[in-house]
Amino acid sequence: MLTKRVIPCLDVTDGRVVKGTSFTNLRDAGDPVEQAAFYYREGADELVFLDIGATPEARDTMVNVVEKVARQVFVPLCVGGGLRTIDDIRRILQAGADKVSINTAAVQNPGLLREGAAIFGRQCMVLAVDARRSVNENAAGWEVYTHGGRKPTGINVLKWIEEAVGLGAGEILLTSWDADGHRAGYDNELNRAVSELVAVPVIASGGAGTLEHLYQALALGRADAVLAASIFHYREYSIRQAKEYLAAKGIPVRLQ
Amino acid sequence: MKKDTKKIAVIDYGAGNIGSVVNALVKLGYQATVTDSVSAILKADAVFLPGVGAGGDTMQSLQASGMAAAVLKLVELRRPLFAICVGMQVLLSSTEEDGEHRCLGIIPGKVRKLPQGQKVPHMGWNQVRQVVSHPVFNNIPDNTDFYFVHSYYAHPADSSAVAGLTEYGIEFCSMLIKNNLFATQFHPEKSGEPGLIMYSNFLKYALS
Repeated sequence: MLTKRVIPCLDVTDGRVVKGTSFTNLRDAGDPVEQAAFYYREGADELVFLDIGATPEARDTMVNVVEKVARQVFVPLCVGGGLRTIDDIRRILQAGADKVSINTAAVQNPGLLREGAAIFGRQCMVLAVDARRSVNENAAGWEVYTHGGRKPTGINVLKWIEEAVGLGAGEILLTSWDADGHRAGYDNELNRAVSELVAVPVIASGGAGTLEHLYQALALGRADAVLAASIFHYREYSIRQAKEYLAAKGIPVRLQ
Repeated sequence: MKKDTKKIAVIDYGAGNIGSVVNALVKLGYQATVTDSVSAILKADAVFLPGVGAGGDTMQSLQASGMAAAVLKLVELRRPLFAICVGMQVLLSSTEEDGEHRCLGIIPGKVRKLPQGQKVPHMGWNQVRQVVSHPVFNNIPDNTDFYFVHSYYAHPADSSAVAGLTEYGIEFCSMLIKNNLFATQFHPEKSGEPGLIMYSNFLKYALS
């Protein structure tokens, strides 16, 4: 049986791991290569790196980080943040990433998903969506935010995800703008709506504060994977503890 | 036996997860040459055929680069060969991915689409049930989780080469062994310690 994945997320800026609340107020949480190796040893099923600085200089730093991580971490690596072109994607995949997550660039240029899927395979193309609960009539339910969660687009999240999967997105990294950083649980209505909408895997992101929250995203939100940052960064819970908790609740997970 | 006296080649045909395979071999203390030279490949003591992406495209790249003939020759010579993911799929007779494409025909059978009703791609960690006993499984418990990412699967015409089975809506062949040919639908180089152990077992078997 396919297991549910537990994925620590490393938000990186200027070559350091940081974690914020609703995309601001960063706190330093360490060296990304060290962190990645630590999570690998703890049994992480996959690692996600998000370059939240995403300046051209930061991209060079990220390529460097990915090269180092790929030499000692033997689980899938997904890298996102500031990737705009096929060349950006190729460079990060050549450095050792297995997948890239595309957010703002896909909204601005949906053809990037199609082109990337044709060249690298759709399993490489992860669509990252920052979804905010919306009162905007055109985007009833949830609205897509871009530029690191700063810019409303007026686009409906469910419509966008359906379109993106049609274009070539092979997986959805779904972050609740409202829940992210607040540690009060994932937006499981959102997770469930997306998971039931598309046939590709959905990674739930934003809001994990307890192990019960991880369970809820998988059981109520029907997500295929849970992504969390701060609960793992600050060593409140180990990856192994999280997996043992989920296993005890009947969720299939990989335990080494 | 010294690790550096034997030659390991990783076939480069312009696609695939070559860097990850090389990183895993380096981690295990081996030196590997990434090459698209037929003569270098045929001189190697052990060869890896990586793969990511679509089966039809992969076949085209293999043929265009002359690597298809090299792989057939390796199998004829019974040279130790480890094929991964789409590298496994191209060993069969044909694939139905993006229309019907002929493949290498080393293992009689077809590559089919995973059935509907499950999420596709089949992405993540799933168990491999070992159906044969072989040194390549040394120190790897039965039903160990390995990392998969694929939408199509190998369906051999008979079970003679089937070494591992995995459940995803259906039970499919996730590993093949035929003489010195080894093939996995999963990615050992992305499967943590058990994956590294499998490559290490293969190389010990191949280079001894």
